Amino acid sequence: MSAVADVFSYIAIGAGAFFFLAGTVGLLRFPDTLTRLHALTKADNLGLGLVVLGLLPHVDGVLNGMKLVVIWLLVLLSGADAGQLIARAARRALRRHPPA
Amino acid sequence: MIVDAFYAAPALLILALGVYTTFVRDTFPATVGFLAYGLLLTVAWVQLHGVDVALTEAAIGGGLTGLLLVRASAKLRATEAGARAQRPSLALRLAAAVLCGCVTLALAITVLTLPDPAPSLAVEALAHIAPTGVGNPITAVLMAYRAMDTLLESIVLLLALVGVWSLAPDRAWGGRPGPRYNADPDGILAFIARVLPPIGIIVGVYIFWVGADAPGGKFQGATIVAAMWLLTLMAGLSDVPPISRRWMRVLLVAGPAVFIAVGIVGVITTGTFLAYPDGWAKPLILVIEFALMPSLALTLGLVLAGAPERPAP
Repeated sequence: MSAVADVFSYIAIGAGAFFFLAGTVGLLRFPDTLTRLHALTKADNLGLGLVVLGLLPHVDGVLNGMKLVVIWLLVLLSGADAGQLIARAARRALRRHPPA
Repeated sequence: MIVDAFYAAPALLILALGVYTTFVRDTFPATVGFLAYGLLLTVAWVQLHGVDVALTEAAIGGGLTGLLLVRASAKLRATEAGARAQRPSLALRLAAAVLCGCVTLALAITVLTLPDPAPSLAVEALAHIAPTGVGNPITAVLMAYRAMDTLLESIVLLLALVGVWSLAPDRAWGGRPGPRYNADPDGILAFIARVLPPIGIIVGVYIFWVGADAPGGKFQGATIVAAMWLLTLMAGLSDVPPISRRWMRVLLVAGPAVFIAVGIVGVITTGTFLAYPDGWAKPLILVIEFALMPSLALTLGLVLAGAPERPAP
């Protein structure tokens, strides 16, 4: 049972780390603010979700597991909102100073 | 090998960010560098198992100070070019570099010549924890062994607020701090300012309450509550009361005042300021904490709200 849980954790956390890496590459390589935001929020939401999922089998107690899930939900909420706010600010700046 | 990399990576990044923040010319990039530096410091403290310090660093060092600096850099943007034109002379810059280098060198020598294992009061702190009634040795240090430091800290925060308020122009004295924010009432900021504060207040109070036995405490909890208040301010859902309001000033000094009163009770019952009578440590600590938490949250929120800008009606 614990071996299965370990394998599950390795796969989930590895996949989560991959999404963070992919998001970082996107953040560095994508051409403008909106696409960079897209890469960043995708990586945050999915990557952290997978890391939390991978940690769940090793948490002692249901309460601690629920805390981890709540942290993920809060990051989802704040990440999505911060992404929207930055995107709006970027769009406004673009309207004011259109690229030549 | 992997373990070494695990510790070395944040350390190297902290160093690199420190160098970047020092050498970058513009105020805003330096502020962003400092914010990332605070986050990495938090990671480093967690790695050192200093979760209490990590929480404080994240809440106050990174979050609160970061926000103050972001606002300051936004205000400085207009004067940035002028300030850069007046570059200090080479001699002055060299003198500053030498001074900073000497401080760094002295710190490095001190750390490197510490005996191994380093002197520690951790064992003593744990040995005498039972009479205090709290389970977290950090809280025992803050509220029992070194309660004086915590009292002075809470007063220093009030002094900081007086400093912020004293920047008010004469016509705005006694008025409302900061600008009135006019965010889109149906926008995303108003949405999150409605959804997040109920959750944030519970998290803040939880961190405050759990501080007795686990990492947490009033400063970290109060910062979270203050952040929630600030969120509703910035979304235009609420406004700061004018600083001349009597109830607000009473609430500001209530926490430190109760702290001092408990200290005087100590003088009467045991003969020492801030000493707790036998068996009364935990209840008195709770009284202080409950009185301090709202005062701290209000003080931190008002420090972030800034100097009064709008005259009271």
